[in-house]
Amino acid sequence: MLAGAAAIFALVMVLLALPFLRRGKDAPEARGIKVWIIGLGLAFPMAVLAALLAYGLTVGERLLPRAEDGAIRVEAEGRQSGWTFRYADQPGRSTSGVLHIPAGRPVDVDITTGDVIHSFWVPRLAGKLDAIPGYVNTLRIEADAPGDYAGVSAEFSGIGYAGLTFTVTAHDEAGWQAFLGDDPQ
Amino acid sequence: MNALQRHRRLTTIWASDPGLRGWFTTVNHTDLGRMFLMASFFFFIVAGILAMLIRAQLATPHSAFAGPEIYNQIFTMHGVIMMFLFAIPTFEGLVVYLLPKILGTRDLAFPRLTAYGFWCYIFGGTMMLVSMLLGIAPDGGWFMYPPLTGPLYSPGINTDFWLIGITFVEISAIAAAVEITVSILKYRAPGMSLDKMPIFAWYALVTALMILTGFPPLILGSVLLEVERAFGFPFFQADLGGDSLLWQHLFWLFGHPEVYIIFLPAAGVISTVLPVMCRTTLLGYGWIVAAAVALAFLSFGLWVHHMFTTGIPHMGLAFFSAASTLVAVPTGVQIFAWIGTMWRGRPELRMPMLHLLGFFVTFVIGGLTGVMVAVVPFDWQAHDTAFITAHLHYVLFGGFVFPVLAGLYYWMPHVTGRKRFFRLGEFAFGMIFVGFHVTFLAMHWVGLLGQRRRIPTYAPEDGWTAVNLISSVGSFVMAIGIAMVLIDVILNVVTAVRGTRNPWGAGTLEWAMIQPAPAYNFASLPHVTERDPLYGTPDMALRLARGEGYLGEPRRDWRETVTVDIASGRPDFHVIYPANTRLPIVMSAVTGLFFLSLLLKAYWITPFAMAGVAVLAWRWVWSLGRKEDIGPQAIGQDITVPHAAQVARAPGWWGSVFLLTANATFFGSLLFGFAFLWTVAPGWPPTEWLPASLWELGLGLLGAALAPAAMHGASRALRRGGRPRLGLALAFGGTGMLAVSVGAMMLHTPPPVEHAYNATLFVLGGYAMFHVTLGALMIGFLAARVRRGYASAARQSEFPIVTLWIDYLAAVGALALLAGHLPGLLA
Repeated sequence: MLAGAAAIFALVMVLLALPFLRRGKDAPEARGIKVWIIGLGLAFPMAVLAALLAYGLTVGERLLPRAEDGAIRVEAEGRQSGWTFRYADQPGRSTSGVLHIPAGRPVDVDITTGDVIHSFWVPRLAGKLDAIPGYVNTLRIEADAPGDYAGVSAEFSGIGYAGLTFTVTAHDEAGWQAFLGDDPQ
Repeated sequence: MNALQRHRRLTTIWASDPGLRGWFTTVNHTDLGRMFLMASFFFFIVAGILAMLIRAQLATPHSAFAGPEIYNQIFTMHGVIMMFLFAIPTFEGLVVYLLPKILGTRDLAFPRLTAYGFWCYIFGGTMMLVSMLLGIAPDGGWFMYPPLTGPLYSPGINTDFWLIGITFVEISAIAAAVEITVSILKYRAPGMSLDKMPIFAWYALVTALMILTGFPPLILGSVLLEVERAFGFPFFQADLGGDSLLWQHLFWLFGHPEVYIIFLPAAGVISTVLPVMCRTTLLGYGWIVAAAVALAFLSFGLWVHHMFTTGIPHMGLAFFSAASTLVAVPTGVQIFAWIGTMWRGRPELRMPMLHLLGFFVTFVIGGLTGVMVAVVPFDWQAHDTAFITAHLHYVLFGGFVFPVLAGLYYWMPHVTGRKRFFRLGEFAFGMIFVGFHVTFLAMHWVGLLGQRRRIPTYAPEDGWTAVNLISSVGSFVMAIGIAMVLIDVILNVVTAVRGTRNPWGAGTLEWAMIQPAPAYNFASLPHVTERDPLYGTPDMALRLARGEGYLGEPRRDWRETVTVDIASGRPDFHVIYPANTRLPIVMSAVTGLFFLSLLLKAYWITPFAMAGVAVLAWRWVWSLGRKEDIGPQAIGQDITVPHAAQVARAPGWWGSVFLLTANATFFGSLLFGFAFLWTVAPGWPPTEWLPASLWELGLGLLGAALAPAAMHGASRALRRGGRPRLGLALAFGGTGMLAVSVGAMMLHTPPPVEHAYNATLFVLGGYAMFHVTLGALMIGFLAARVRRGYASAARQSEFPIVTLWIDYLAAVGALALLAGHLPGLLA
């Protein structure tokens, strides 16, 4: 996308510079309209955009959660004071500030809020999705490798917004079983 | 009468009052345009200083410059002032100043309304400034999402300043939009058919129509949120049947068209200035008009792309993603039409051209990143990061500020009558251009590194320190550039040498007058036969000054002009403008009192303020009346046209049509909100509906049928020389029936604080009740006119206007009643 944008930008800059170098000849307006407006103004962006849109929609479709693949379900509740996470596999268990998931398996995060609008964003795992009062939004994430992934609230939520961060800890299979085995807090 | 005598005579008729008094009583568009532009530039400086504070805060990690309480106010106010107190008023000022001149007429359609809008802007803007000076400015972001801005999480007065102050300022936008639309359609030089209209006027027309349909959803949202905050009506509270997403829809239904409302006038400047800088004419005039219209339509279909992360359904995402990319097509048409224009001509690197090149470079980058964020998966990452901040500044600074600076240097000789003497401008341009790109290219980068928008500080470990510092340094370079432009302008205004008329060799009519512009614009009105009249008739200015056009002989103390048929440009009717008056500033002060009483929760003042506005509005309209018929008027060139009081579609009728367009959009948004809550919000259906009553509904519908029928009858009777009294009385009775029915509905509505359904119904009723009162006042006004001998078959133009309003009242009254009673009847 960046390379394409840079190429289009370069093209426009060249077209912009050339008339300063060549002395204009009054071409008939009909020809100008054909070249500039119909060719470059209409056809060119339409072709580029159609390709880009098709690409964007397919990629977007791939990122969507599908019901049948047996994903782990967790719940993330945002508050101005911090994020709380609950686990479908272990009812009653909740953690604050750290979301535990197994690595290498898809996880569906049900995102809710306890007060104002927040947004759940773990840049390395997925795009962001908002937590909106009265709704449950589900985001599919998947960590390829065990480790800690930084997460933030990405919707302005007042005074403590800058500090509204959390961590996603992805466990290997043994670690995940150990986590599930822990007593509920 | 020679040219000099004519100039003196017209100046006595048209001039504003001398001295300081003139500032407050002027209704002249040249004065008000300049005042608008000065004020908006002042707000630009204020918001620019706030931007400097933001960059100072973010320059280093762990900055102790401002805490989050203050920082949140700073970035909120930066956005609010730039959007509402700089960008829109700059459009208004530019158009108010230029439009009559470029269209070859003497003033805008409603001079007093221009002044009223200006003072509303000043008073509303002052409210916002005061809140900032007291440290209680809005702090919920310029987009004000509830529930963060709701009564629970923002109990202070900060948010109320936004909701009330900005709504107050919006009056000026709506007033200007009505005025601009009517002026462009009706107030042009004879002969100027739509296809000969300067391209700038086309852009202004499209922008004005967009304001009329884009701002009402925001005004509605502000009203609902303020009512929620003040009285606890739960429109945006999920647990009581409200939905915070309703705000987001209403806000972006305004917010996205807003971007094009800002860009299109700037595009109008480019389309006007660029061909002149290239010694040619615009390539593809018709295509550009079509592109602007297409842009306007498309821009209303893509607001949801601001909400890609709210969890809306996938089909919705695909649709709005497609619409968002599609909007790049008409933009592309315009960009390439402009570049094609440059290829046709011989571009010269004069001062305005530099800023136009700045526009091209910046705006194209902004457009390309815009296409990127229209791609949904990319947006899921980039949304609410500094990348978006950078993108929107490329679009707005590139698409608005650079063109406006080009326009500033292009029209400065017109405003001052002087020739640029101090050459600071080129250097200033370099500073602004380099400073801007350093600031915001860096911001793209840091956004992709994950820096969120609106955070007051960050840690050194984040790795954003160097990029932020570079960005901050760039912003200060840019600020110095802006300051140099300011100094350049002041020096040129104060000291530069007298310039020649039409220094750029332009073809549009604003250069066919004395510079600086006289109060009356044209000593006689031109007859237009081509798109660039000065190219065909280079001595136009002299001919008009010699009185060779229309209305070249000043009569009595009349400020005269002539309107045209919309499409063909044939002379239509004769208009006498109102003269200088204090009424607009007084009325906007009383309007301000109304808003202030809401802000300070001094509700006992509110009815007095409303009554005050009603009394002043009555006087406003009353003073236009005459006790004797004026009859048809000769306008020169052996043409005689009827006077405005005689015609069925007077300026006031056209103004009402477009004001009602905005009003209907407001009402439509309210019905949309009702349907949205019903179908989407959690917590529906409510526990009880309004107890339906066929009697009440029937009475109201009967009133809604009777009032307009009787008004049409009264209108017809007067036009035929008969007596309209019976019709007026029946129409009044009809509004009374509506009042009873609507009143009963509001009385029977379950408590509005308990559920969003009740609250919405109450607001629907209140809206209908407001229009019932308005309609009754208007009918009363006509009755007073008839009684005092101000109405006759030749002075009948007020009747169709009131008829129009009564038609509207009947429609919204009936719809509100049906919305109230039907669910209960069907249940």
